[in-house]
Amino acid sequence: MSDTDTVPNAAPSGQRPADKAPARSFLNQLELDLRLLGMVGAFIIVCVVFNVLTDGRFLTPRNIFNLSIQTVSVAIMATGMVFIIVTRHIDLSVGALLATASAVMAMMQTRWLPDMMGLPLGHAALPWLSILAGLITGAVIGAFQGWLVGYLTIPAFIVTLGGLLIWRNVGWYITSGQTIGPLDETFQAFGGINGTLGAQWSWIAGLLAAVVAVLALWSARRNKIGHGFRVKPIWAEAVVMAIIVGAILGFVAILNAYEIPSRVLARDFAARGAEMPEGFTASYGIPYSVLLLIAVAVVMTVIARKTRLGRYIFATGGNPDAAELSGINTRLLTVKVFAIMGTLVAISAVVASARLTNHSNDIGTLDELRVIAAAVIGGTALSGGIGTIYGAILGALIMQSLQSGMAMVGVDAPLQNMVVGTVLVAAVLIDIIYRRRVGGK
Amino acid sequence: MDKQSDPRASGAPDPRASGATPLVELKDIRIAFGGVQAVDGVSLDLYPGEVVGLLGHNGAGKSTLIKILSGAYKADSGEIWINGEKASIHSPRDARRYNIETIYQTLALADNLDAASNLFLGREIVTRMGFVDDAKQEAETRKIMARLNPNFRKLSEPVSALSGGQRQSVAIARAVYFNARILIMDEPTAALGVHETAMVADLIKELKAQGLGIFLISHDTREMMELCDRVSVMKNGQLVGTERVEDVTEDDILSMIIMGKNPKRDAA
Repeated sequence: MSDTDTVPNAAPSGQRPADKAPARSFLNQLELDLRLLGMVGAFIIVCVVFNVLTDGRFLTPRNIFNLSIQTVSVAIMATGMVFIIVTRHIDLSVGALLATASAVMAMMQTRWLPDMMGLPLGHAALPWLSILAGLITGAVIGAFQGWLVGYLTIPAFIVTLGGLLIWRNVGWYITSGQTIGPLDETFQAFGGINGTLGAQWSWIAGLLAAVVAVLALWSARRNKIGHGFRVKPIWAEAVVMAIIVGAILGFVAILNAYEIPSRVLARDFAARGAEMPEGFTASYGIPYSVLLLIAVAVVMTVIARKTRLGRYIFATGGNPDAAELSGINTRLLTVKVFAIMGTLVAISAVVASARLTNHSNDIGTLDELRVIAAAVIGGTALSGGIGTIYGAILGALIMQSLQSGMAMVGVDAPLQNMVVGTVLVAAVLIDIIYRRRVGGK
Repeated sequence: MDKQSDPRASGAPDPRASGATPLVELKDIRIAFGGVQAVDGVSLDLYPGEVVGLLGHNGAGKSTLIKILSGAYKADSGEIWINGEKASIHSPRDARRYNIETIYQTLALADNLDAASNLFLGREIVTRMGFVDDAKQEAETRKIMARLNPNFRKLSEPVSALSGGQRQSVAIARAVYFNARILIMDEPTAALGVHETAMVADLIKELKAQGLGIFLISHDTREMMELCDRVSVMKNGQLVGTERVEDVTEDDILSMIIMGKNPKRDAA
């Protein structure tokens, strides 16, 4: 969503923001992405409005914590959907594939490995072998669908529409329609509330991330100077660094402010046979699932921006003929892109089933639409060639905020979906208008 | 109209007379698409420092022939010889190994990427870690653009924001940067204005002087008479004939294109 109206000072930059305007505005000097600013602006508006409507219940540490763990599953898949849509394809099968991957992992840890391999329930290797099996399942099925699209030239819409029917029911078939659980405790740690870093490690992780971000910005600047390119003024660099560091540490502070309820703590102490000290408190901190999402986001962004694979994905989306004539194997590329999608679906399946603490047949139902909507709201163009990883994640966050915000306000379920649908269409319209303004196609 | 007395400064001796090896020899190339013989036994050659024009109606088989040389299509039969050795070209990548670069009619640029990414597309400069070195690519693009088109400044914008001429200079820069020996230009000026067309013409002359061999496809007969050393005319997939531009008039060429024969040669 690129709602430029929400960005003050953006208007003076006029039609061609990147042109060599003699007097560069404050925002221009920062060289921030207008599209990103628009989305962040929209997100902030959504948060503030719901916070007012819920009398301050929306922006509590507890709700922000819940919001982040609810967003993870869709956000992880949305990063993969960016590559799919950028290469002018679509994947309607992600929700169904999530069910299959989840079913495989659930069966691995509760039936197949214990019964066939003789690993007892609770064995330390169970969750990891299950996750490995799930990842392989996702990657192989994704690659297979990619092969059908790339080499047999069946339209991705059809292949994955078939996949939508097939994989949902493969999951059903594997589990005979039963709900499988409870899942392994270590496995459940990926779900959110059952696996968090705690206050101290959260701070360490946050500081580490801040240092890495600053170093990355600095080395990029030095590299530019080394080649004699113009760089933004040092104060602008500092402002950008301050914003990023502030956002990272602020996020950690909020998550750390969500304290574990004392009865839960008391139960933990009791389980260890100890007495809880008077006035003892502990925080949840960053959930592992959120760390997983951050890791996925970093890796996918690096792939998109810094690797040949990413360059070829965007080139193929921009002009498939040009890519092919440049010697890029676009068929193999399609297989790779769908394999990446499948792998990410499997990672999401870990998070989604761990959060529910069991596998059920309807897991991931309608996720394909949420994932596509998140990518599209995040500025991914269905015409191909354009899209960002951070945009897709922000898109997922905006959608989840709308959904849970409306639920908190007490909006009726049918109205909720009507609003989300409207937002999707409106977001694309705003994006089209924005692109026309800045002179793109 | 009389080209015989053309006092052009192309005083170079005919390379074929010196017995040099041709840069490219296409021998009896044939390709059919679903029963239609798109290229039917065509043989052509190209010498260093020479521009050979390909003329003919739409669908005469010019672009198809040239796509066989650039690796986009694979011939049903026939041979390609490069520098006197038989070459096997099955993909655009193969063609690049023989230093064959192609500038397509449609420009073949990814509109959403910037000039540097397009220039290095498929041949990115990577760092020791294996990541694309954008800064290095941009620096190299600046260098080559300073030579080809000094007015070119929009380095970090998607090429969709560029004018036709600027886009064309990106496509040409790609060929020049990677030391093309054989350059194929499929209607390089079709999308350009007058000034930009002149710029491309100058560039062709400069590349020719550097010893590149150039196949040029165009519909503009006058332009071809000016830029080419020889012209080959195709009709219905067959080669009508190859003539030195000094030996023919524009009218002769036109009748070869339209009627499929050279009136003068028939009369002789």
